[in-house]
Amino acid sequence: MSFPWAEQYKQKHPFMRWLDSRLPLPRLVYNATGKGYPVPRNLNYFWNFGVLAGLALVIQLVTGIVLAMHYNSNADTAFASVEHIMRDVNGGWFLRYLHANGASFFFVVVYLHIFRGLYYCSYKAPREMVWMLGLVIFLLMMATAFMGYVLPWGQMSFWASKVITGLFGAIPIVGEPIQHWLLGGFAPDQATLTRFFSLHYLLPFVIAGVIILHIWALHIPGSGNPTGVDVKGPQDTVPFHPYYTAKDGFGAGISMILLAILVFFMPNYLGHADNYIPANPLSTPAHIVPDWYFWPFYAILRAFTVDFILEAKLWGVLAMFSSILLLFFLPWLDKSPVRSGSYRPTFRIFFWVLMADIAVLGFCGGRPAEEPYVMISQIGTMYYFAHFLIILPLLSMVEKTRHLPNSISESVLHGEEAEAAPAGLQPAPAA
Amino acid sequence: MVRILGFFVGLGFVGVAAWSLLWGVIAVSQDGLPHTVEHDFHAEPRDIEFSFAGPLGRFDRQQLQRGFQVYRDVCASCHGLGLVAFRNLHDLGYTEAEVRAIASQWPIQVPSINPATGEPATRAAIPSDRFPSPYANEVAARAANNNALPPDLSLITKAREGGPAYIASLLTGYTDAAAYRNANGDALPTENRPGQGLHFNPYFANLNIAMPPPITADNQVSYAPNNPPATREQMAEDIAAFLHWAAEPSQDQRKDMGIVALIFLIVATTFAYFSYRNIWATAKRTVRPIGVLDPENMARNEAANGDAGVAG
Repeated sequence: MSFPWAEQYKQKHPFMRWLDSRLPLPRLVYNATGKGYPVPRNLNYFWNFGVLAGLALVIQLVTGIVLAMHYNSNADTAFASVEHIMRDVNGGWFLRYLHANGASFFFVVVYLHIFRGLYYCSYKAPREMVWMLGLVIFLLMMATAFMGYVLPWGQMSFWASKVITGLFGAIPIVGEPIQHWLLGGFAPDQATLTRFFSLHYLLPFVIAGVIILHIWALHIPGSGNPTGVDVKGPQDTVPFHPYYTAKDGFGAGISMILLAILVFFMPNYLGHADNYIPANPLSTPAHIVPDWYFWPFYAILRAFTVDFILEAKLWGVLAMFSSILLLFFLPWLDKSPVRSGSYRPTFRIFFWVLMADIAVLGFCGGRPAEEPYVMISQIGTMYYFAHFLIILPLLSMVEKTRHLPNSISESVLHGEEAEAAPAGLQPAPAA
Repeated sequence: MVRILGFFVGLGFVGVAAWSLLWGVIAVSQDGLPHTVEHDFHAEPRDIEFSFAGPLGRFDRQQLQRGFQVYRDVCASCHGLGLVAFRNLHDLGYTEAEVRAIASQWPIQVPSINPATGEPATRAAIPSDRFPSPYANEVAARAANNNALPPDLSLITKAREGGPAYIASLLTGYTDAAAYRNANGDALPTENRPGQGLHFNPYFANLNIAMPPPITADNQVSYAPNNPPATREQMAEDIAAFLHWAAEPSQDQRKDMGIVALIFLIVATTFAYFSYRNIWATAKRTVRPIGVLDPENMARNEAANGDAGVAG
């Protein structure tokens, strides 16, 4: 890559030289994961979640493609075909439970990945494109997960598709035509199910494409690090392989253990009982709730209960979409020159308040829309918007930050220069 | 510019949310928090320890057979089991011949056509058939049940909060609405008592259920001699266990596989951890020992630690 301290790809084997001059695949791998991609040496475990998200996508693709061989996207037989997978397909229960819980796993690691970005301010220059492409992936994931939830055609599938597409109905004038266009009818039915299946199969490949852009954009400035200080030279870095492949391997092991506990011993814990009842347009469930990973946004949607110039429902829809879209502007809202939250004492307090706020919103989003949960989500919504749009911009003007280390090496070495170089690398030249 | 616009957008959302909150607070201060009779009188399922609870719990085949007996003698007259086939009864420990006999003697026949005339007809079930529904269609089911629809039981323990414990609690939970007192000692308000054709049951979501009490007396189903006595509670637990098997027939296989998978993953992760430590042993601040994996390297590390003046 473009770093002056990156090792250049040199291949001695004639075949690899031959291949590299025609299709530079070995060079690509070397520059993306080998010594051609030097990574800050001080990354902590929060830097594991990007690779884990990639792993989650692979799990979803593999299980999903096999499930699609047995699934039937017909409104009359979809529910039965899912049960056919559970009962009659060899290992079908494993595929389906892994796919359903794999979606939750995907969201867990992506949320941790995003929270890492929020704490260490990974969105700041020169990584704005990395951040924004990540948000695009997140939006695509939400669309994919929502449409996947509809496919079993259970009660929650049906009513969630009705409620979520109904959000577009809140838009003045064009809302209702848009809703009918999305559903392919006046209510969720065969047309809805077939198009959701088609898009649910398509979007993961779009996600894979945007992930390539996300990694490409990352590999221009290189990975950030917990100090937020830029890499100054080779002594600050280690090659991605074997150092971070080894660390990611351990992280992948831990996360697979947690996923296995979920899949094998509590596969329905995160689901909703009503989705084991076949869809019935004539019977509305007592409480319509989406899957847990949408709960904070669902709470924001339902926090707007009173008309104010615009209809309350429209306010809720605008707020829900804005709560994600505002993250695209984060690099320009937070102008503090210090990246890492570790060196911003006041920012850190507000960050943890935000984490608690999102947890509270998530809790309220999973509860019925009644008091006191609505009032709590109103307070939570106020803080959410205030945090990003009012507190962060003001804070970055007034906050007194802590003293930054001169370099990454200094932050990890405390002066023991003799031990600075990792095994097999040249020791750092004396500064 | 972004920040100025953002500030006003933020103020807008905060302001409208605060406006909503104000009206919410006013409403609650006038009417109090919402309170429903269902909330006050609904009972959580009893705490029942099933043999299949927890990662090591497995189905008790004898219990499943008793539960199947209860389904056949009590439930099957109104409730279908449309996702389960007779052949699945092998899982319960029945032999091939027994399964064939159960299928052919099933009181409800399977829809068919007369091979000579093509007219609709019925025939005795065979093991590959799924349990036939007691009603031809939903209209027939409602007509026979006071306009209530008896749900198919194939997935019932997964389709209700509380699972098998809920089913067992519900079946033994019928009680006299007038005499019932909730945890606070309150009596059920008269307007919430069951109407015509309904039955009070605190475990049911809206308290009044259309299904009449199915299990009414001890020994309603006669169990084989070496089984526990057929009390109402025992029958309710047995049918709940059977229905949980019907909803999740692969459960035992899943847990067996889970234990193997966990052992594999824990071993693999341990190796991954040590290789991570091994690779990073010299890369960070201090020279770290890498454990028992490589005694030669350990000695080298100790020497390096000694030279650097770092306590090993």
